[in-house]
Amino acid sequence: MLSDRDRIFTNLYGMHECSLAGARRRGHWDGTADFMAKGRDWIIDQVKKSGLRGRGGAGFPTGLKWSFMPRKSDGRPHYLVVNADESEPGTCKDREIMRHDPHTLIEGCLLAGFAMGSETGYIYIRGEFIRERQLLQRAMDEAYASGLLGRNAAGSGWDFDLYLHHGAGAYICGEETALLESLEGKKGMPRMKPPFPAAIGLWGCPTTVNNVESIAVVPTILRRGASWFADLGSKNSTGTKIFAISGHVNSPCVVEEEMAISLRELIDKHCGGVRGGWNNLKAVIPGGSSVPLLPKRLCDNALMEFGWLSENGSGLGTAAVIVMDQSTDVIKAIWRLSKFYKHESCGQCTPCREGAGWMMRVMERLVQGDADISEIDMLYDVSKQVEGHTICALGDAAAWPIQGLIRHFRDEMEDRIKTGRWNVDRIAA
Amino acid sequence: MPDQYKVVVDGNEASVPGELTLIQVCELAGVEIPRFCYHERLSIAGNCRMCLVEVVGAPKPVASCAMQVRDLRPGRDGSPPQILTSSPVVRKARHGVMEFLLVNHPLDCPICDQGGECDLQDQAMAYGIDFSRYVEPKRAVNDLDLGPLVETHMTRCISCTRCVRFTTEVAGITQMGQIGRGEDVEITSYLNSSLDSNLQGNIIDLCPVGALTSKPYAFVARPWELTKTETIDVMDALGSNIRVDSRGRQVMRILPRNHDGINQEWISDKTRFVWDGLKCQRLDRPYVRNQGVLEPCDWDTALKAAAGVLASGRRVSALAGDLVPVEATFALRKLIELVDGKCECRVDGAALDTNSRAGYAGTARIEDIDSARRIILVGTNPRNEVPVLNARIRLAWLDGARVENFGDVTDLTYPAQQLGNDVDSLRAFCEIALQDSVEGMLVIVGQAALRHDGGNEILALSLALARQGAGLLILHAAAGRVGALDVGFSCVGGIDEALADAEVIYSLGVDEMDIPEGPFVIYQGSHGDRGAHRADIILPAAAYTEESAIFVNTEGRPQLAQRASFPPGQAKENWAIIRALSAAIGQPLFFDTQAELRSKLFEEVPYLEDIDMVPANPLQSPRQYTGGNAPIISSAGDFYLTNPISRASAVMAEMSALSNGRHQQIPEAP
Repeated sequence: MLSDRDRIFTNLYGMHECSLAGARRRGHWDGTADFMAKGRDWIIDQVKKSGLRGRGGAGFPTGLKWSFMPRKSDGRPHYLVVNADESEPGTCKDREIMRHDPHTLIEGCLLAGFAMGSETGYIYIRGEFIRERQLLQRAMDEAYASGLLGRNAAGSGWDFDLYLHHGAGAYICGEETALLESLEGKKGMPRMKPPFPAAIGLWGCPTTVNNVESIAVVPTILRRGASWFADLGSKNSTGTKIFAISGHVNSPCVVEEEMAISLRELIDKHCGGVRGGWNNLKAVIPGGSSVPLLPKRLCDNALMEFGWLSENGSGLGTAAVIVMDQSTDVIKAIWRLSKFYKHESCGQCTPCREGAGWMMRVMERLVQGDADISEIDMLYDVSKQVEGHTICALGDAAAWPIQGLIRHFRDEMEDRIKTGRWNVDRIAA
Repeated sequence: MPDQYKVVVDGNEASVPGELTLIQVCELAGVEIPRFCYHERLSIAGNCRMCLVEVVGAPKPVASCAMQVRDLRPGRDGSPPQILTSSPVVRKARHGVMEFLLVNHPLDCPICDQGGECDLQDQAMAYGIDFSRYVEPKRAVNDLDLGPLVETHMTRCISCTRCVRFTTEVAGITQMGQIGRGEDVEITSYLNSSLDSNLQGNIIDLCPVGALTSKPYAFVARPWELTKTETIDVMDALGSNIRVDSRGRQVMRILPRNHDGINQEWISDKTRFVWDGLKCQRLDRPYVRNQGVLEPCDWDTALKAAAGVLASGRRVSALAGDLVPVEATFALRKLIELVDGKCECRVDGAALDTNSRAGYAGTARIEDIDSARRIILVGTNPRNEVPVLNARIRLAWLDGARVENFGDVTDLTYPAQQLGNDVDSLRAFCEIALQDSVEGMLVIVGQAALRHDGGNEILALSLALARQGAGLLILHAAAGRVGALDVGFSCVGGIDEALADAEVIYSLGVDEMDIPEGPFVIYQGSHGDRGAHRADIILPAAAYTEESAIFVNTEGRPQLAQRASFPPGQAKENWAIIRALSAAIGQPLFFDTQAELRSKLFEEVPYLEDIDMVPANPLQSPRQYTGGNAPIISSAGDFYLTNPISRASAVMAEMSALSNGRHQQIPEAP
């Protein structure tokens, strides 16, 4: 369990002041200019050494991502874009950072922007986050007023402007290239890669898109040293991570914990355990709605890290843990996710546009038990036809929950088909 | 070469430039990749996912239309990247995409006009599976009203966005777009407006399914019952390469053919939809005016009457209209020489210089637009005169070329910097440019500029620029004009001289001018239009789809048109009428067949034999003109009604009315 002194987000619950003065009291904005004086390469090197992996879901090494930015500008400006379009069902970690610890993010933006030679940063915030936008904007205004942003930001000699852009609430705009399109004022539809944003991104200029949490942890990593961060967690999943646990636990919460903590410890220590005890657990979606679920059998030994979860057919994703106890109609739960992805598909490319609706409709009938057993295999096949054939990862995200369901709860699906109509009273999804 | 990359396509190694996409590389290697959204002349969307191929080592199949060769990584051991196009992964992906495309596509092929030439149908046969697993309800989408040309069946749409990309990128209008998301995405037009472009018909060809079809051609024929004739268009002077599809004697539709040097693969709406004008207002028998009334008669009577007039010793002038082929003007010139008459084809009075070929056909080729860095428009509205050429200028502009304008043209779908609107400003510009540099400059001179006062000087100034090395494109409006000038169908004083003391006028399809009262008029042409109304004798002739003929386009490129159907009634081919008339006069011309006529023609004008070649035009110093000032006019009149065939077309009339109404709605600035 993470000790209090290793916490990065010391005001995650808003118990303290979230103003600049409060942030400074907690140690933020301390020696920022000194880190910048050590140069771009030093910062990128520290982030690389810390082993920090992107916190937005894909887990790409952050330092490596930054190093893809051109070392010297060819005349085009470089841009830092922060993805605060946190819309993954179950995920609410960035929200807490922006509400209560916004200065970690703003300081991170300055450092990251400097490290990639960017004088302009954009924070693209989710449309529904209205209060968060106000809080973050207030924090940015404070930073500007105190000379921490703008010309000669924080006394470092580097000019850095930060803009907050409010999205319109489309899930797909959390995909980095769709986010860039949206930021440019176009329809939020993902671009094809290559070219990657580091070569041609926002307005055709080199751009790096990072998750809020990935950026917000950087100042503390620099302050406490890469090795401190790297020593936490496990080999390929270092540091701390904010987990958001929701669903059938006694006290759902957002908590910063060490990587590679066991799922059971996470739930028992921080959430007061599963409703009705550990044995009442049915399944867990460990990383936000897009990753396949884990049945109780696997949850017993699950470690919340990239490696273990992907070896066991799931993923860490955004570390949004959705807990489902025995009262859950897991088929209906996954159907609801299918419905979400059908609704949020941008409609650009064929497999996702047509496949998401198809899968949802088959799921709808499977919930009712109104299907043929062979349709379970067909559904799996259709989900495989979507997965990996689309422009962005939304197709994969629509396919994986269904694949997880079929992998682990096929007997339940078959039972429902065999017994005919499903018992309506029993269910709470 | 430095930017050559080695790739292996299905086991065959090839060395290709790095900027090629995988779909192009596969094509070079002779492997066909199925596609829907990809089109060579449009931007890359990558949304249909049909062109997925496997790149060995890549985690997922990649869209071959979007991936460039230089983005591929070599194998671990440094071996060139391998592309597989028929591996199980690829087949699975194609089956999947095809199935997804079909789940919401209606199974209405039997009542779909695209049937038989449908990309979806063909590729479903080649790459799909033969059964459906989809049992859920299908999607239905409301149709759009895009106007009288393009019919929509949006339920069939597969959202490839080719139509959106074409209208935005090539046609330069922003009326089409895609709204909604997920499976509810729809192609729409902005606020349900009909399309305001004279290139819109091309989206019918681009649509890979039956979502956008031709409204005039709706439910008229099936592709397999049509006879296809590859020929040349005469609706403008571009000489677009077209394919005329006919059934029996009737032309059923007109489609573009690809010609990189001329029309790429677009044609204008007038070219595409004018075919209903080939059935109406046709002159299908000879007429002779008797006591003020045109009375039908037989050929013998008409020819005898005409011969009598021509041989009567009165002063004869022959005029050639806009749509006449080279053979006809050549033969007519020979005929008129027999009776000591004059010939003239510049019936609009355009100041085209016949001293050198560059004086009427320019020195540049159409494809020089692509490489031009600076395009100077002088008194022309290409959007209205030659829409396909305008699209090409637009592409050059997108590519970074600067467009500048002399004249009063407004919206060209791209910004043109206004340099002036009178001859003085052009003269001043030339003086500076001649001292400075004409590097990368292409001057496009329109007929409106040459037709009005100051035309002589505008041409002289343009030729002066051309002598310095600038390209000169003289943009003609009439398909027959360059050819007629090539065979010497002109006289020194131009149209005024030809009309001055004429007692008999032989009008070879002249419908764009009013022949003054007085002279006796023999009209030879295909449609009962302005020229026929003025005529005293009418000799019915074939239209452009009804005879084999040579046309020389605006850049001076001779092209061969073919016969797609036969002339109606007693109408005959143009050259044959002239030959028959010469016999009636008693001085038969030197040919009995078209082949004989052509061999004589090639003897006199050798470069016409080189079909599809643009001869280099010698530049002679034109006469110097130092005239006064005059405004440069660009206006071109009604796009849809420029010749007798289009004026006979109900579709063109409807489009014209719609276009006039649309532009009248715009409130005038106070």
